Amino acid sequence: MFWNEKAECMTKEEKEELQLKRLQETVRIAYENVEFYKKRFDEIGLKPEDIKTLEDIEKIPFTTKSDLREAYPLGLLAVPRDEIVEIHASSGTTGKPTVTGYTQNDLDVWGECIARGLKMAGAEKDYIIQNAYGYGLFTGGFGIHHGGNKMGAITIPISAGNTQRQLDTMVDFQSDILTCTPSYAMYLGESREKAGIPIEDINLKAGIHGAEMWTDEMRKRIEASLGIKTYNIYGLTEVMGPGVAQECGEQNGMHLQDDHFYPEIINSETGETLDYGEKGELVLTSLTKTGMPILRFRTKDLTSLIADKCECGRTTVRMTRITGRSDDMLKIKGVMVFPSQIEKALLKIEGISPNYLIHVTRPDILDEVEVKVEASKELFSDEIKEMEIVEKQIQASIRSETGLRVDVTLCEPETLPRSEGKAVRVIDERNL
Amino acid sequence: MAVQISVFIENKEGRIKKAIDTLAKADVNIRALSVGDTTKYGILRLIVSDNEKATKALEDDGFIVKESEVIVVSVPDKPNGLNTTLAILDDADINLEYIYAFVSSQPEEAIVAIKVENTEKAIEVFEANDAKILTEEELEKI
Repeated sequence: MFWNEKAECMTKEEKEELQLKRLQETVRIAYENVEFYKKRFDEIGLKPEDIKTLEDIEKIPFTTKSDLREAYPLGLLAVPRDEIVEIHASSGTTGKPTVTGYTQNDLDVWGECIARGLKMAGAEKDYIIQNAYGYGLFTGGFGIHHGGNKMGAITIPISAGNTQRQLDTMVDFQSDILTCTPSYAMYLGESREKAGIPIEDINLKAGIHGAEMWTDEMRKRIEASLGIKTYNIYGLTEVMGPGVAQECGEQNGMHLQDDHFYPEIINSETGETLDYGEKGELVLTSLTKTGMPILRFRTKDLTSLIADKCECGRTTVRMTRITGRSDDMLKIKGVMVFPSQIEKALLKIEGISPNYLIHVTRPDILDEVEVKVEASKELFSDEIKEMEIVEKQIQASIRSETGLRVDVTLCEPETLPRSEGKAVRVIDERNL
Repeated sequence: MAVQISVFIENKEGRIKKAIDTLAKADVNIRALSVGDTTKYGILRLIVSDNEKATKALEDDGFIVKESEVIVVSVPDKPNGLNTTLAILDDADINLEYIYAFVSSQPEEAIVAIKVENTEKAIEVFEANDAKILTEEELEKI
């Protein structure tokens, strides 16, 4: 039932003691070995020995993505290069990629975290994991792979793409667990239906999906189209990769592996630390990484933390589903809007594809929002009147979700960007 | 009654041409067509020689295609001709959705495709008033 009961079910006191010990060690390593951290500490007269309690972490300055970019490629290593055994990098869609170097210890920890998640999804040693995350610099493919190896399960490194082969593999190997991005899982589910493969012919039991935002509506669709239970997984290259947190069978928050990562929630505007249950930006500090320890990394991901023990028995702190990123929040006509809200609104409408593009402009003094949605056979009619009803339905759904009146444009299928990694959902052309 | 195929056309350069091109390559003959357009998209409505072939070719090229039923009626090719025919629908309170014309090879006859709210009722009243509804076979001879 647990991969590592001792670590996952600690008492509060045991955990805090372990976290403090590990935090102090990490701070010491970072200060003594990484120029960047030493400089940051010295600037404010902070010494590693000033960290006497867990609360003292608030004295440490934040680390941001741009700090990592400035250190590109390997400026933040805390060990000599001969101890690094693997490198991964973020996609760099919004600038220079951020790079992480892993020691053997780091890969072991990574595998451990993923193995815990696999176990949460019901995996056993004889399970076949169809790993359809992309293999490469992206952390998804190799992260899951390390975890599969750690567990001793059978990992098929099929990587992302080649949908026919994915379906053949599901049927021929009777894969037990599918790991991929949620949008790709949805696409595979649709493809199974289109190909006329009966659901009884596949043996999938669970899907572990992450690396992009998704909603409960999407979860329902994936679960129905593949006959599985799905588990939301969270992670980021800057901190490790997938496996920082994952849902258990309760599907009620993701268990954050807090013996390896120390989480905080802050107000993203003031930087002030928030309490359990309050929504804000997640900040993570690595507690056991040796290659590239990271202190108070601002993830930009918006979530909240749940401290209570989970029904499953684990005591690891849980984080709720990411509802947005502090940097992709749109302020339209003064209203806060997240792309995930638009997605949620769209998925409530029968026959709609989850591919959309939000186009924000300000032609004069007022913001205008156009939401482009792919039309489908179900939405299409030979009568303009009927099509207008569909557009109005979409508009009304978005309005009830966000409070905004938007312009809806239907596009031809397969014309909006879709992803095996991360899709572009927002084009903001306002000069703000 | 006749089957019409409708194609979703995004408001983007060359999309109608692309659809027509697809039909030409599939060796499908177009008997009648109309375009319903809004500022954002268009609906290309077609009556063609081979629905199955046309639908498959268009779908393979990524178009959204839908089949629906229209009534094809022969109208006297003279002033008040169409008016007489439409009056039949009007008298029966049947709403007209859209209408478009065929090219006819007969000098005395015009042919129109009509989409109404209630197709069955429209056929009933057309027949009761001796309007000439074209069968599939007759359509093929146009």
